[in-house]
Amino acid sequence: MIVFDKPKSLTDAPLHYCPGCTHGIIHRLVAEAIDELGIEGRTIGVAPVGCAVMAYDYFACDMVEAAHGRAPAVATGIKRANPENIVFTYQGDGDLASIGTAETVHSATRNENITVIFVNNAIYGMTGGQMAPTSLPGQITQTSPYGRDTNLCGFPVKICEMLSQLEGPEFLARVAVNNVKNIKNAKATIKKAFENQVNGKGFSLVEVISSCPTNWGMTPKDALKWIDDNMIPYYPLGVYKDRSGEAK
Amino acid sequence: MAKLTFKTELCKGCGLCVEVCPKKILQIAKDKINKKGHSPVEMTDQSQCIGCAFCATMCPDCIITVEK
Amino acid sequence: MAEKVLMKGNEAIAEAAIKAGCRHYFGYPITPQTEIAAYMAKRMPKIGGTFLQAESEIAAINMVYGVSSAGKRVMTSSSSPGVALKSEGLSYLAGADLPAFVVNVQRGGPGLGGIQPSQSDYFQATKAGGHGDFRMIVLAPASVQEMADLTIKGFELADNYRMTAMILADGTMGQMMEPVEIRDSADIKTFDKPWAVTGTGMKREHNIVNSLYLKPEQLEKENFARFERYKKIEENEVMYEEFMMDDAEICIVAFGIAARVSQNAVVEARKQGIKAGMIRPITLWPFPKKRLLAAAEKVKTFISVELSMGQMVEDIELATKCTRPVMLCNRVGGMIPSPEEVLAKIKEAQGGIN
Repeated sequence: MIVFDKPKSLTDAPLHYCPGCTHGIIHRLVAEAIDELGIEGRTIGVAPVGCAVMAYDYFACDMVEAAHGRAPAVATGIKRANPENIVFTYQGDGDLASIGTAETVHSATRNENITVIFVNNAIYGMTGGQMAPTSLPGQITQTSPYGRDTNLCGFPVKICEMLSQLEGPEFLARVAVNNVKNIKNAKATIKKAFENQVNGKGFSLVEVISSCPTNWGMTPKDALKWIDDNMIPYYPLGVYKDRSGEAK
Repeated sequence: MAKLTFKTELCKGCGLCVEVCPKKILQIAKDKINKKGHSPVEMTDQSQCIGCAFCATMCPDCIITVEK
Repeated sequence: MAEKVLMKGNEAIAEAAIKAGCRHYFGYPITPQTEIAAYMAKRMPKIGGTFLQAESEIAAINMVYGVSSAGKRVMTSSSSPGVALKSEGLSYLAGADLPAFVVNVQRGGPGLGGIQPSQSDYFQATKAGGHGDFRMIVLAPASVQEMADLTIKGFELADNYRMTAMILADGTMGQMMEPVEIRDSADIKTFDKPWAVTGTGMKREHNIVNSLYLKPEQLEKENFARFERYKKIEENEVMYEEFMMDDAEICIVAFGIAARVSQNAVVEARKQGIKAGMIRPITLWPFPKKRLLAAAEKVKTFISVELSMGQMVEDIELATKCTRPVMLCNRVGGMIPSPEEVLAKIKEAQGGIN
């Protein structure tokens, strides 16, 4: 009996991500949620501009490529057009927290009934390792070669904390995928974010602390440790808002 | 007894599965490379496998199937 | 049989869009087109449609992209600076071959400019909608009736050719009130959209709406295929109106409010024995090149009458293969040429001919 296999809502296309990149894990968790909820036939995903730009080749459901940062606006359109569709966005830190900040905040405050998967790896991977709004103070990147100077560039953006101030959103949570325990918790959280949409509860965002071994200049194994040592202390894991949960 | 199948040609040799295996029965092959030029993972002792699926949980490329 | 009602141009667009089956409107307030948003805010909830005031014009065009990808009729409206914000979105719509209906009610520019009418987004609409090789069908109404008719036509063209149809109106068209009769929904064409993302239902391969083609050979193929469609549009969808052109020696070329003003000038010129006429492009793209080239045989001078610094002049020169002089009679900044000013230009042209 098979106890673990590739989910059906991932296609057979080999992933183009770097060895050890956590995008692959997160794609699988999203696909597992879609499989387990039996919603593949009515799901539409919105791909970002970033390393996951070709996510439309990896998910077996209908997919739409959005302009950089605009996925929540595109998702709003798709959801308003056919509300019975389950619509998710999959975005990196540049997409969601830099150029797309307005779309992120406003889709949250409107409580659009969509699911947003936010991959936070504190760097711009696709374009070769530049500073992200989520890059840590002192972090060396291609555009902060002497380390992120908070006097020049300010402090990192904490999306879950920020959005939790709004009355609109239904569910905001931060998870990580750097070890098996965290992955299992991330899976349950991502599934809940989809379940909320199925039940008409509203805007559900899961921020997934991820690695970028290539641009962090580390081995995949060391990158996962860097998450424990540096990312999680700055971006604490947990549920930041759960309107239905708090109502109980 | 658990059985693992590996899609070796898709393995990128990232080594994350090796790290999380509680039985330490996975390793990156030293003398093999696949068509993409990566050294893929291989099992050292199938009989020790408990089917925990930690390796498959960690694998970013879904190359591991676990049967029990 | 539809009834004639007195309506503002902006509102005529909104009502016609609804008649055309548009049930989704996204917009942002900007003068002089906010009436479209206000009208939709009232009408859409009553008919189960979507009205959403987006966080920006950028968000609005991306919401349009979303609804369009899902196969439904959708529109947005804005004015000059807001349309500039939509450039990237318009390019994405083109690259993904998505139908869309967009309205630009032009105001004075550049920059924040002014709130009075202009026609200074002609280049933006016909030449530079966004980055990359693409065209939009550009429709220029000259009456409230045309604001309605061209809206319905715009939705049909957009769906048929899978591209953006843009109404390029000037502020006067948006604000003026005239009697209008809006066509019945039953007469309006609709189109199947098997490519739309509606959910596979586990019955078909997944649809992908996308404009990214990393393989140069594939991206080239997409571009050439798109331009084959544009060729068909140039052959079949040109629209224009002509006035007193049979023996015209001086031909005014004007659209929108400029055409309304110029028509008065042409009538007056004829009274004074000048052989003036007018060709009014209704589609700015595709431009009525063939008609203008034919006119250049008898016409001795063309006059472009525009509320811009002469953005249409070069299109007239190109269409007529630079065989005749093209003069410019223009006002900008929100000023509108008067019939007297246009008549003076006609006389100047006549002087040049004598």
